[in-house]
Amino acid sequence: MDSFKMQILGILNEDCRTPLETIAVMTGKSLQEVAAAMDEMEEEKIILHYLPVINWEKTDRERVEAMIEVSVTPQRDMGFDAVARRIYQFDEVKSLYLMSGSYDLLVQVEAANLKQLAFFVSEKLSPLDTVTGTRSSFVLKRYKQDGVIFVGDNADQRMAVSP
Amino acid sequence: MIDRFIAGRVRDVPPSGIRRFFDIASLMKDAISLGVGEPDFVTPYHIRSAAIDSVIAGGTQYTGNKGMIELRREIAYYLRGRYSLSYDPEQEIMITVGASEAIDLALRVCIEPGDEVVIPDPGYVSYAPCVSFSGGTPVLVPTVMENDFRLRADDLKKAITPRTKALVFPYPHNPTGAVMPAGDLKEIADVCIRKDILVISDEIYSELTYAGEHTSIASLPGMRERTVYISGFSKAFAMTGWRLGYACAPKEFLYEMNKIHQYGIMCAPRQSQVAGIEALKRGRENNYEDVAVMRDSYDRRRRVMLKAFGDMGLKCFEPRGAFYCFPSVASTGLDSETFCRRLLEEEKVVCVPGTAFGKSGEGHIRCCYATDIHKMTEAFTRMKRFIDGLS
Repeated sequence: MDSFKMQILGILNEDCRTPLETIAVMTGKSLQEVAAAMDEMEEEKIILHYLPVINWEKTDRERVEAMIEVSVTPQRDMGFDAVARRIYQFDEVKSLYLMSGSYDLLVQVEAANLKQLAFFVSEKLSPLDTVTGTRSSFVLKRYKQDGVIFVGDNADQRMAVSP
Repeated sequence: MIDRFIAGRVRDVPPSGIRRFFDIASLMKDAISLGVGEPDFVTPYHIRSAAIDSVIAGGTQYTGNKGMIELRREIAYYLRGRYSLSYDPEQEIMITVGASEAIDLALRVCIEPGDEVVIPDPGYVSYAPCVSFSGGTPVLVPTVMENDFRLRADDLKKAITPRTKALVFPYPHNPTGAVMPAGDLKEIADVCIRKDILVISDEIYSELTYAGEHTSIASLPGMRERTVYISGFSKAFAMTGWRLGYACAPKEFLYEMNKIHQYGIMCAPRQSQVAGIEALKRGRENNYEDVAVMRDSYDRRRRVMLKAFGDMGLKCFEPRGAFYCFPSVASTGLDSETFCRRLLEEEKVVCVPGTAFGKSGEGHIRCCYATDIHKMTEAFTRMKRFIDGLS
């Protein structure tokens, strides 16, 4: 991939709301060139989505989140992808990864409350033919997500004026 | 009164013009500052961590005067690879408390009472005072926006007298962001060789250049033997608070610098030196990725700031080094000092008046783009409103 596109990705990765005009100034290209490159990357599915990082703790929304380690028996000729496809269809599943190590899939799940989450595990996830075991861990506190720190004061410690 | 004990050459030097401005600015809590002179990154984690580990492991002693040999070796390797400079880590490199100390040492070694030292104006605040403290006379050579704030060989020639001992040569340049292209560098070198002048080359911003590679004047033919090369970790590795710099020079000169350092300072802090080793060692392994990431980030913001001044109707030459823009505010009819004071009072944006860096800074303000992009954008909105309100 050309370095112009990489530059755009770098800028978006820091702030996906950076206006196209600003990206154009930052990269020294025209607005049209930036727009075209982004269209291309969207078409090529390099850029899939533009999402905010939300601290739900500060909202009224009730929400529980868990990381579920799932062990599976891969299906003949299908590998893990077929199981994964079954799992990622569920709305509760926010992320899903195939992992190395002592289990196979890591499922990040979100639900309105504990009851719903338990329902998801017992009624949706565990009954899948190939799932041989699950281990759920609940998220208690979020410190950092997608490179963004959620806690503490990260204020600029520099003096306002220095030589 | 204790005044009678104070030496004239100290009393006669005014305090830094930046200080006064800092006092006003620090009273305003929610001001946006474009007035800083340091990176907005914190030191990369692995570097911080290496220093902590060394302290925990008991590395709390003095080091040799010239600094840890491992650090000096890393610097030698770095300078050879990066700028084609060759210095012997044993006898030609010393570690100082920031590049500032190195500048002071170099000046103190070369200046006899009454000697003149040429300094481009505007310039970093400490050069002229350090010359005066050493009993020398600073000779300021104006540089102008029309010339991209480069030092012109003709102007240098005119400033040279039989008393001229040295030239302070600080590029990439604070506060203007100017760089010296290789062609100009050669002309300056020719003058220095012909007139037999020492060059004190402060290259602290050398890693922060945005168009073409940085060339050190010390790498030009005939220059090594008359150059004191000064740099440090503050700007390249976001390590300002560690106070870690270094000087490289032919051994006879460095020997004398080290004498002053040995009696006055003893050595740079050990934990900072350990951090410096980590910075360069890791850099050697990953092709200075830390630096590249920061440079790219500055470059993006540099372009945004430059464009913003254009939109405000302020003339600004394109800075190609450091992390400052130095636009002219002459079109507003205000002098630099008034512009900055009123901008702060009326819109709570801190910029540094160009005059804090010398007379030739009049009509300009220094704005640092090592600033969060959102804050910067808000500052531009306020500045534009301020400027529009003037007419």
